[in-house]
Parts: sequence; C-alpha cells; structure tokens
Amino acid sequence: MNFDFSDDQKQLRDEARRFLTEKCPPKAVREVIDGKASYDRELWKGLADMGFLGVAIPEAFGGSGAGHLELCVIAEEMGRALAPVPFSSTVYLAAEALMLAGSDAQKQKWLPAIASGAAVGTLALFEGSGNPSPDAIKLTASNGTLNGVKKPVPDGAIADFAIVAARTASTGRETDISLFLVDLTSEGVEAKALTNIDPSRGQAEISFKNVKAELLGPANEGWSILSRVLDRAAVLIAFEQVGGADRALEMGRDYALDRIAFGRQIGSFQAVKHMLADMYVSATLARSNCYYGAWALSTNASELPEAAAAARISATQAFQHCAKNNIQVHGGMGFTWEFDCHLYYRRSNALALGLGSLSYWEDALIDRMRQRNAA
Amino acid sequence: MNFDDTPQEAAFRAEAKAWIAANAPKQYEDELKKASLGRIQLRSANILEVAKAWQKKKADAGWAVPHWPKDYGGRGASPIERVIWQQEEGVFGKLGALFIIGHGMCGPTMMAYAAEDQKRHYLPPLASGENIWCQLFSEPAGGSDVAGLRTRAEKDGDDWVINGQKIWTSGAHYSDYGILITRTDPTVPKHKGLTMFFLDMKSPGVEVKPIKQANGQAEFNEVYFTDVRIPDAQRLGAVGDGWNVSLTTLMNERMAIGANVATGFPELFEFCNNLMLEDGPAIDARAVRSKLASWAVRASGLKYTSFRAISALSRGERPGPENSIGKLVAGAMLQDVATYALDLQGAAGVLSGPDDAEAAGKFQAMLLRSPATRVEGGTDEILRNIIAERVLGLPGDIRVDKDVPFNKIPTKGR
Repeated sequence: MNFDFSDDQKQLRDEARRFLTEKCPPKAVREVIDGKASYDRELWKGLADMGFLGVAIPEAFGGSGAGHLELCVIAEEMGRALAPVPFSSTVYLAAEALMLAGSDAQKQKWLPAIASGAAVGTLALFEGSGNPSPDAIKLTASNGTLNGVKKPVPDGAIADFAIVAARTASTGRETDISLFLVDLTSEGVEAKALTNIDPSRGQAEISFKNVKAELLGPANEGWSILSRVLDRAAVLIAFEQVGGADRALEMGRDYALDRIAFGRQIGSFQAVKHMLADMYVSATLARSNCYYGAWALSTNASELPEAAAAARISATQAFQHCAKNNIQVHGGMGFTWEFDCHLYYRRSNALALGLGSLSYWEDALIDRMRQRNAA
Repeated sequence: MNFDDTPQEAAFRAEAKAWIAANAPKQYEDELKKASLGRIQLRSANILEVAKAWQKKKADAGWAVPHWPKDYGGRGASPIERVIWQQEEGVFGKLGALFIIGHGMCGPTMMAYAAEDQKRHYLPPLASGENIWCQLFSEPAGGSDVAGLRTRAEKDGDDWVINGQKIWTSGAHYSDYGILITRTDPTVPKHKGLTMFFLDMKSPGVEVKPIKQANGQAEFNEVYFTDVRIPDAQRLGAVGDGWNVSLTTLMNERMAIGANVATGFPELFEFCNNLMLEDGPAIDARAVRSKLASWAVRASGLKYTSFRAISALSRGERPGPENSIGKLVAGAMLQDVATYALDLQGAAGVLSGPDDAEAAGKFQAMLLRSPATRVEGGTDEILRNIIAERVLGLPGDIRVDKDVPFNKIPTKGR
C-alpha cells in the first residue's frame, strides 16, 4: 500500500506553495476583497504559465496531461493561499464537464483556452435557493435556445463561457435535463455581479433571453453528467478546503505561541491547546478522506461517488471548524478587518455552499452507502 | 497512490490468509463478530481456554507475535507485515485481547532491558500465550500523572523489597508475570527516582483484588504489595531510570497500528438500516441521515488516517505522536454512537438484556463500557495535550511539581 502522494507530486506541491506564497500574499487577496479588482489577473496568468491550469487537461487539448492527483495537490495550495482567481469554476467545473461530455470540437475550442489562461469558464446550475436537483432547474431550452435566470453562478460576471443546465421537458424525470455550452458574449446574455460572503471569489446572476446555445453531451443526459461533474469537483474543492483548514490551524497555532496573556503564552493554556488539538483532528480526518477521494478520482473508481461525498462532508466540517476557531484563538484581534482570520472564515463558509450544502452531501453519502450495502 | 501490496507483502498476505483459513477456530467466528465492547465472553466456551489454544496454535506455526525476533517466539516480520497479519486475522484477533499488554508492552520492555538468558527464558512462553503478563503502572494517586506513583522499592542485600498498591491493572487476576514500576528514591524530582522490575505474580506478598466496573464486568484489578521480594537480577534498566524504561515501552506500542479501530459506526449503520420508526425506516429520516453521515466520515477518516500511517511504516518511517488521534476520536464516537442508538430505541432503549434489547443489547453494552475507553491508555485530555505539544509544538503545561523532590510535593487538595 502506498496511500500517499508520490515524491514528484510532493515536489509539485512545494513548487505551487512557493509560487503562491510569493504571488498570492494576503495583500493580493485583499485587493479583490476590497473591490479593487474582480479577480487577480496577474496571478491567473502566472498560474497558466506554471502549467497549473492545465495540469489535468490532456496534452492533445493544450494541457500537460499530468493528471488528477497533481490537480488535487495544486487545489490544496489554492485553498491555503485563498487564491482570488476563478480556478474552481474554470478548472474543476467547466473543464471537467468538457472533458467528460464535450465534443471534440468543443474541447478543441475551450480546453486549450482554459489551460493557457485565455478563457474563464463556469457552471450555471443554481436558480436561487436550494440544492442540486433536477426539479430546481426551470431555465428552459427549446430548439437550442435558452430562456431563464441562473444564480448564484460562481465567477459568472467574469466568465467567457458557461455550461448551463436546462430543462428540455417536464415529465418529472432526470432525463428532462440537458447541458448546454454558451459563449457568454452571445446576444441575450446578461451577467451582473452579486455581493456575497466571500468577495475573493465572485458570484453572479446571469439571465438568458433567447440565447442560442449548443448541446454539451447527449441530449437528456444532462443530469447524469452533472452528477459526475459535481462528484469530481467535490473532491477537488475538498482539497481546497483542507488547504484552508491547515492554514487556519497554522495561523491559530502561531498566534497561540506569540501572544502572551496572564504572563504566559496563551498556547500553554489547556483550553486553547485542546481547541487547537481538535482543529488538528478535524483537519487530519478530512485530509485522509480527501486522499481516498483523490485515489477514487484519479483511478475513476466505482467508489468515487461515495468517496467524493465523504471527502466533501469531512472537508467542509474541517474548514469551517478551523476557520471559526482560528478567530476564537485570536480573540478580539481575530474579528478585525486587519487580521486575515475573516478571509478564511469567509472562504470556509462560501466553499461549504457552492456545490450543494452540507446536508445535501450528507443525504448523498447515506444513499450511496446504502446502495453499496445492498449490492 | 494505491492500495496494492508489494510482491513481498502480497506473498506474506497469501501465506497468512491460507494459514488462518486452515487453522482459525471458526466455530467461534459468529460469537466473536457479535462481541461488543469490553471483555469478550463466549456463550459456548471458556474465553481464556479458547484464546490460549489459538495463541498456542499460532505459536507452533510461527505466527504468534509475528514482528518479534525468531529467538523470542516471533518470526521477525516487518512492521508492515505485522499490520497485514492483523488485517488477515480479522475477527479472530479479538481473541488476542488477553495478550495485548504482554505482547505490546511487557515483551518489548524485556527485549530492550532484560539479560539475554532472561529473554530466552521468559519471552517464548509469553509469545505463545502459555504465560500472561500484566503491566503494573497506574496507582490510586497516579492515573494520568503516571510518574506520581508511590509504590516503594527498597534495597535489601541482593533483593528489593516492594510495598504499595497498583490499580487498573488489566488481567492481573490471571497473569503469571508483570512489569512493575516503583519509586526507589523519594528525595529527587518525581521522574528521576523511579526503577523498573519484572516479577512473578505468584511471589509471596502479592495480592490481587478484581475491581467491579461501572458496566458490571471486571477487567481490571487492584494489586497490593506487602514486603514482596524481587531479586536485583529482575531489574530492568538502571536504578532511577524507570521513567525512560517506561517511555521505551510506550514508544514501542506506537508501532502497533491497527487497521480497524472500533468506532461503533458499522454497527450503528446496520442498526439504522434495519430499524423501523413510526414514520418509516430510520435511515430515511433526515435527522438520522445527518448524524450517520457525520459519524461515517469520522470513521472513514480514521480508517484512511491509519492507511496513511501504514504507508509511512512501509517506507520505513516510525509512527509519531499524530497516531494519538485514533483512540481520541474513536472513544468519543463510541460513547456518542451508543447514546444515539439508545435514543432511537425510545423507552425500550433502557433494556439491556440480550434477549429483550434491540441488537442483542450491543449498544447498551457499548454505552456502559465506552467511558473507560476515553480514560484507559491516556485520557482524552492527555491525548489532546500530546497532539498540541508534540505535533503542533505548543508549550507544555505549567508544572508546579517540576524540579521539586517527590517527598515535598503536596498530596492532598484540601
């Protein structure tokens, strides 16, 4: 058994961490949070130059074809650094959907553009509150024309193209849903940025009025493609969450060592030590679940749906737990705008929701475990 | 990243699997599977006899304590082979519970500190289960403060004379030998005046009194020493170096990374999958699913954490203090899972008899035993300290007894 990343993959992680430490300090995150930019374009370009955007994209489509374990490693570092770029929407959602279901022409058009940093993509799934479900999709497609409104769409205001989930019939079956690829510069598309709890990654409302769109994947199979995309993205975002959880834990630990109260390092108080130990426990359990998810993702194992749900739940809990307790360790300073704690707190709560909430994934996990038990 | 054995590991696994399939006492398999937390009992046979017979059979074929050197009753297996053996032995490994202290703690201490002729004399029968050993560490005044122990050893000619009391000694009532930590110098700080011995539990002056536990079982004992004589030749390590000897024991124990730590989750999942509530199957209820999912990812997180540790072992790395999370997480889970399983049973959850209670009273037994899991072998609080101090590098607790001679440390709260 070798349930760990390889030396090459660990080297890639070190490389990504060095790069992001230099190019993506908290100051860069704050530029975006403070509204001075919609995302960090220079960082985005740098990530493309490093080959990070196309790491899981085959060479034939402009990527390096290294693979998904490599992408997991990079995702963790993106999460640690809170990179304010449309990485998850473009690389985990749009690129994965294209790779799973795109035609050769669609892949040729968009995947090299993703790998080179020329195109930002996203997945337009949600229509207001609720979790991923075929019933919640009201936007209609008829004769290749879309009508309806999507929100929130991650990075929707800066995306060049979107994969849109649309209703093609109303029989009440999953086969009512198809996916469409839309160039967001098309006539009839209107995107507007929405304020959200984590401005380091944008959210938008996109309305479609008689927009011409091309089918992505077979008609009426949109929901099954989407489920697979969500599972794959769940593992990748879980790595971002674990990266964030680890960083929040480190920040808490460092502060507990530096800060003196009652004549002692506060890290010498058991109440503080034990809080940090519990943060370590949740981050470690999440990391281990993520490794299993990474294995399932990279081997396309039949265990992927269950592994993805477990990684997603565990990592969501861990990042939220570490981010909130990092503020607690910092005391009043932790609640100031000036300290970085709130950046992690914001991100932890935004990532917890973007692919369907915790309760959605809890439900999914139990369903999947039951299926396995019944089999 | 893979779950595959190396060719050597696969060969070892195949050999172990074949031998177990041909030799394991399968007539007890069902009972062992159903055995819940705490001391295992068999309806159909005496557990001590069954366990000893299985251990002896393993020893005769070279499978007893596989990682020990051949000369001492093992087969010189690598740490990773030890894990593979545990995985393959599976449910029959539960029969080894009686020998865990001897094999995990006493044996390695003897190996590190006993004379060669002593090792050859004492270790093979310990490996084969003919002799059972116990570990005499905890004291009424000790507990988590292990080094606060008061049992005295005083030199008298070539012997040491022991007086005092130990407590929470697992299996002392059926043990043949024990390792014993004593205070040989009360005038120096507490960690410095300790000395380790091994002794025959049938020595005159040793009195063992089983402790009836909160769950009604009796796994532990009080052990009283009245002028017990131990020859100096049975001292392990230097006089005054007993603390370091005991640390060697504990460090060795970290090499034992089980692949399956009991969390109660598989039992709870099966229970909820079968249980009917007023408005349908329990597993369809939103609240039930949420709880199950949270525990599911803790259980799987522990499982894959142990896989990561096993991978490190197979690369030749030594397990570190991060492995403290296993018992910390599992202990709390057992207690919470049991409480929840009873809650789902409503008023009838109070019944614990195997014929009246749901799931044969498994969760009631878990409820009543799990508080001990959170205490034995390091309390939750001590384990959190280990993680905080040795993994995260946070400062140690303030110690008011540091550098104070042991006999000057206060002994009463008020």
